[in-house]
Amino acid sequence: MSLLDVNHLDVRFALRGGDVRALRDVCFSLDRGERLGIVGESGAGKSVAAFSLLNLIAKPGYIAGGSIRFDDQELIGLSDRKLRKVRGHRMSMIFQDPMMTLNPVLTIGEQMLECLKAHRRISSREARSISLNKLQQVQIPSPEARLDQYPHELSGGMRQRVIIAIALLLDPDIIIADEPTTALDVTIQAEIMALLLELCEKHNVGLILITHDLGVVSQVTQRMLVMYAGRVIEQGPTREIINDPQHPYTQGLINALPQMATPGSRLNQIPGSMPSLSNLPSGCAFHPRCTFVERADGSRRQACHDQVPEFVTSGNCQAACHMVAEMIESERIPAEEQD
Amino acid sequence: MTTLTNRPTSRWERFRDSYLLYSFKRDLIAQVSLLVFIVLVAAAVLAPWLAPMDPYDLTQIDILASELPPFWVDGSDPTYLMGTDAQGRDLLSTILYGARVSLIIGFGAVAMQAALGVCFGLLAGYLGGRVDAFLMRLADIQLSFSTLMVAIVVGALFKAIFGGGTFSDYAVPLLVLIIGLAEWPQYARTVRASVLAEKGKEYVDAARVMGLPSRRIMFRHILPNTLSPIFVISTVQVANAIISEAALSFLGLGMPETQPSLGSLIKSGFDYLQSGSWWITLIPGLVLVILVLVINLLGDWLRDVLNPRLYKG
Repeated sequence: MSLLDVNHLDVRFALRGGDVRALRDVCFSLDRGERLGIVGESGAGKSVAAFSLLNLIAKPGYIAGGSIRFDDQELIGLSDRKLRKVRGHRMSMIFQDPMMTLNPVLTIGEQMLECLKAHRRISSREARSISLNKLQQVQIPSPEARLDQYPHELSGGMRQRVIIAIALLLDPDIIIADEPTTALDVTIQAEIMALLLELCEKHNVGLILITHDLGVVSQVTQRMLVMYAGRVIEQGPTREIINDPQHPYTQGLINALPQMATPGSRLNQIPGSMPSLSNLPSGCAFHPRCTFVERADGSRRQACHDQVPEFVTSGNCQAACHMVAEMIESERIPAEEQD
Repeated sequence: MTTLTNRPTSRWERFRDSYLLYSFKRDLIAQVSLLVFIVLVAAAVLAPWLAPMDPYDLTQIDILASELPPFWVDGSDPTYLMGTDAQGRDLLSTILYGARVSLIIGFGAVAMQAALGVCFGLLAGYLGGRVDAFLMRLADIQLSFSTLMVAIVVGALFKAIFGGGTFSDYAVPLLVLIIGLAEWPQYARTVRASVLAEKGKEYVDAARVMGLPSRRIMFRHILPNTLSPIFVISTVQVANAIISEAALSFLGLGMPETQPSLGSLIKSGFDYLQSGSWWITLIPGLVLVILVLVINLLGDWLRDVLNPRLYKG
């Protein structure tokens, strides 16, 4: 039994033109201390997945089905009071933009104190010393002085360190990091990611890292999910997916990395853009952009147009693709004939 | 890191370095307004020690000395610097005491409005949905009546239910209540608008992720971020409340003549305007105008400082 088990999660947004399905049939799990990456284009449903874990989907969004089991407790349908005990305490979250995540009118110390006091009966003096300790852990220069400073007095990198310190404040089991370094410049990005990785390893904290930076995912995470149009289309150990992607979309993403292009030529890209969630193509949502809809011999694979692909297992990875399914099938038949 | 150790820590030092003070030092109108306001408030607060007479003490009143003009007019009595009113009360003393009543009602009513309006505005903005719709329609309905009309109806009701005598005894708290109830939608709307803007910001999500209860998020995280419009609106509302009280008193629904506010003083002098005793109305009227003017000027300045985009955009 994993620490976190997400099964068939279905999240919808009730809009005027009817429900839009932001997440369909999303399944994944996370063990204690494991680091999972979720990648995909903007709008693929990465952040919605993260928010739904803590049941923080804002209206008009709602969780239409599925289950989220965390430490043998079903989170969907849990009362707000009980959910609050999970939020921040057992699972905490780091947001994209450190400029926005801290309350501009409260000092760093007040904000940390607030979080501690919401979950523990604790004196202000104790809370201050815990806060100071966490600030030291995130290697902020002169942590003592920071406690009395306001967010605007800190730089972006320092603020993100403070946010990491707040996320670690109550020693959570899981940290969800929603593009934690997107708003920072490249050198700071590397520092913050290294820090996050180090702290997660040291305290055996699970990490769900949401990003579109495949480089970061490959450095930090052990397993990864690739999402497209609200669905998980490939999952497995990070190293294997990066080295040998099965799904044409994942292949496209990896080919689109600048280091994959030959110098002097145009960068590779996946043609077209992601379909609108309210108007998904039939069959495999990726088929209008997929170059493998036609087989090598020139015939069209009709299933791509008609049927939503199921997951097929290839090695340690799973991919939802008709082409992969066909390849596995064709490899198996000759193997059986030889026997 | 030497800058860090030298950075201002105490509240006073922060205030000394603030933009608020910087802009105040460069704004002559704000300085004069604040000075006049402080003088008026101090005079009102210290009325029992400053005033040459106690207008509430009937033994000090000499009916023979009624309707004496102020000192620069012929026929004045030097003991009554600003003259006397129709009952023979020293006008200067009565104005000082009256300003006190007006200010108490003004600030009290604004505190009442703010308490109601901030709570309702926060609830409406943060919870949204039906609560929001209900509270805001309530505010809309109330705003569709003129404030003064609401106050007159409520005041008249009180007077009818409890009788004139009880009304006079509890006039100050009742007026605070009436004006407070009549004007809360101003606050509720402003606060709701700011809450809607703040609610979408990530720090609110972050606070929810921390597992803080809604009440705490509303009052500790969102409310401080909406304070600047609240401050600005408060200055305007204090001036409005003082005027409302004066208007109600002028209509005979406010302070009784035995403990006059500026409004009831103006009213009591109004009857004698035709007979040439202009000072009974004019002098308290001037004090009222100056008081309201300086509060409004301070409010304008505050709005410019706290929301520079508004005029200098």
